[in-house]
Amino acid sequence: MMAGKLLGAATIAAMAFGLQPVWAQDSIKIGFISTFSGSQAAIGEDMRRSVDLAVEHLGGKMAGKKIEIVYEDDQFKPDVGKARSEKLVQQDKVNFVAGYIWSNVLLASLKTVTDEGDTILISANAGPSQIAGELCNKNFFSTSWQNDQTPMAMGEYLNTKGVKSLYVVAPNYAAGKDMAAGVKRTYKGKIAGEDYTKWPDQLDFSAELTKIAAAKPDGIFIFYPGAHGVQFVKQWVQAGINKTVPLYQVFSIDAITLPQQGELALGTLGAQEWVNDLPNEQNKKYVADFKNKYKVYPSYYGAQSYDAIMLIASAAEALKGDLSSKDKVRAELKKANFKSLRGDFKFNTNQFPIQNFYIQETVKDPQGMMTVKTIATAVKDGKDSYYQKCSMK
Amino acid sequence: MEVLIQVLNGVQLGLLMFLLAAGLTLTFGIMDLVNLAHGSLYMMGAYIAWTFISWSDSFVLGALLALPATFIVGVIVEVVIARRLYARDHLDQVLATFGLILFFNDLVRAIWGPAGKSIAVPPFLDHTIEILPGALYPAYRLAIIVVGTGVALLLAWLVARTRLGMLIRAGASNRRMIAALGVNIELLFSLVFGLGAVFAGLAGLMAAPISSVKIGMGDDILILAFVIIVTGGIGSIKGAFVAAMGVGQLDIVGRVYLADWLKAVMDPAAASAAAPAISQVLIYIVMAAVLVWRPTGLFGQRQ
Repeated sequence: MMAGKLLGAATIAAMAFGLQPVWAQDSIKIGFISTFSGSQAAIGEDMRRSVDLAVEHLGGKMAGKKIEIVYEDDQFKPDVGKARSEKLVQQDKVNFVAGYIWSNVLLASLKTVTDEGDTILISANAGPSQIAGELCNKNFFSTSWQNDQTPMAMGEYLNTKGVKSLYVVAPNYAAGKDMAAGVKRTYKGKIAGEDYTKWPDQLDFSAELTKIAAAKPDGIFIFYPGAHGVQFVKQWVQAGINKTVPLYQVFSIDAITLPQQGELALGTLGAQEWVNDLPNEQNKKYVADFKNKYKVYPSYYGAQSYDAIMLIASAAEALKGDLSSKDKVRAELKKANFKSLRGDFKFNTNQFPIQNFYIQETVKDPQGMMTVKTIATAVKDGKDSYYQKCSMK
Repeated sequence: MEVLIQVLNGVQLGLLMFLLAAGLTLTFGIMDLVNLAHGSLYMMGAYIAWTFISWSDSFVLGALLALPATFIVGVIVEVVIARRLYARDHLDQVLATFGLILFFNDLVRAIWGPAGKSIAVPPFLDHTIEILPGALYPAYRLAIIVVGTGVALLLAWLVARTRLGMLIRAGASNRRMIAALGVNIELLFSLVFGLGAVFAGLAGLMAAPISSVKIGMGDDILILAFVIIVTGGIGSIKGAFVAAMGVGQLDIVGRVYLADWLKAVMDPAAASAAAPAISQVLIYIVMAAVLVWRPTGLFGQRQ
């Protein structure tokens, strides 16, 4: 009788606070936002494949509970991404929201998920400087990087390589500005010129390439993810500038773009926190199973998405599937107690990873498929430049 | 030397925009139809060309086959949908043709899939040409300039020297009068609409190797096409040409020189932050200025 009353009171209290009676829930629901339509759909597809593979590797369960993934398409638009995020949190009542390729989509959706929805968000790609600094949030975790970090690693490498002048080209939006700021922070040579192009509708880089040819720099630095990277590399070769000025890139030549760039990209160098040939056991298994299943190489987008699912699994296992206390879930996530595909990493105070960055070269594998391989470590245990602005300590 | 190359870049962009705007200004000027779905014909041209190029393994043959196919698509749209809209007011036309955009985007998704396609530059144009000592220019872009100029000249001849052109000009100045004179206006409208579709399709397929073939590729560029026809004067081919060439050069100025010019008058950091923002609105500012000076556009019919 007494117990019945208590349980009743608890249920009423739970309803009054708008909480779901979590003990009644027999599955773990993860909302996953990415781009599944339009010109950048190939990136979303790579992420979805990796999430599916992670679920398969987990046997479809976390701590004995069924894993349920709800995929939503942001259509590469911030307003749509925000609306889809709201749907995941308010209507589907997911336990976690993960994914997000684009910084502008993530920035538009952040408050909707972390504050209004009080739901934990794990970015599997986008890492805008604002969220690493003043907008940092206890409900936000990243299994990728802060935007500036990868180009900063590239800048360090260009210094050691002795590249004397660099021309920087990037799209004019949140991530493009972060990437350019990143390379300029560490690169010590001369900046021969800078251009910011219209995003996302500018796919013609003739004017910028003409300026580059006239400026005669020792190298070009670009950030053009997905379809835009394909176009930049093609036009760099069409204009004949590849014969005189080498291309250094972040996020512009990868497993997504290489099938279309083909041999045009051979020999170009890029920076990345994960490469398909990193020699840890879990990575070998992931890459082998991915290639077996989908007949193509996975990209870092996929690897980061796989890590996001494995991070959630580590917290769910540690709490034996009881996700009712958000504080406990956050504390478990913060331990990063899982086997990351890039090798183990720790979370910084702003809940971005402290991790290595590598330099990769575009090559052809023995089967004739285009891919990238690690040639150097550019940064060891790198922290982003904004964590001190974050109020979490 | 760099300036010359940049001017060529602007000419190439302007010619592509002209091909798109020519059809739009004719349908607006002669049929009084606001056709938002004109960008969809640009997209259809590119997708149809992709299919024919993959099938025939030749860029030129694929492109030549795609043009009549786009003409047929244009005529079907005219007969089935557009014809019913001429007598309606502009708001109805905007609604119906916006519906057509959604229809075409989903049609493409159903036929070609969501991922987008890429058309390679034909091998015989996949190199650079030294147009002046030390000034290299991609052969494919030069080919766009040659073809675009050729088509513009052909159109000028068609409008100024042929019977069809005479009817088009007459239709643009007084639609009702030429119907009263016994011209088969239905046939004329179908022809003009189909012709507009061919030019849009040609622009789409020529732009494909430098940009990419994707769903909604015509929607972004359509706004620019409307700016061009309004600035040039609705119904005027000459106006569309002048405005398109102007927009091409203005785009290059915004992208290339604006930042340097601003640096002369303001702090360099502020200048490089302001230049991309200003370059995006530059053409709208110029359009507004032209319309204040000449409310019907550069070569529009005076009311």
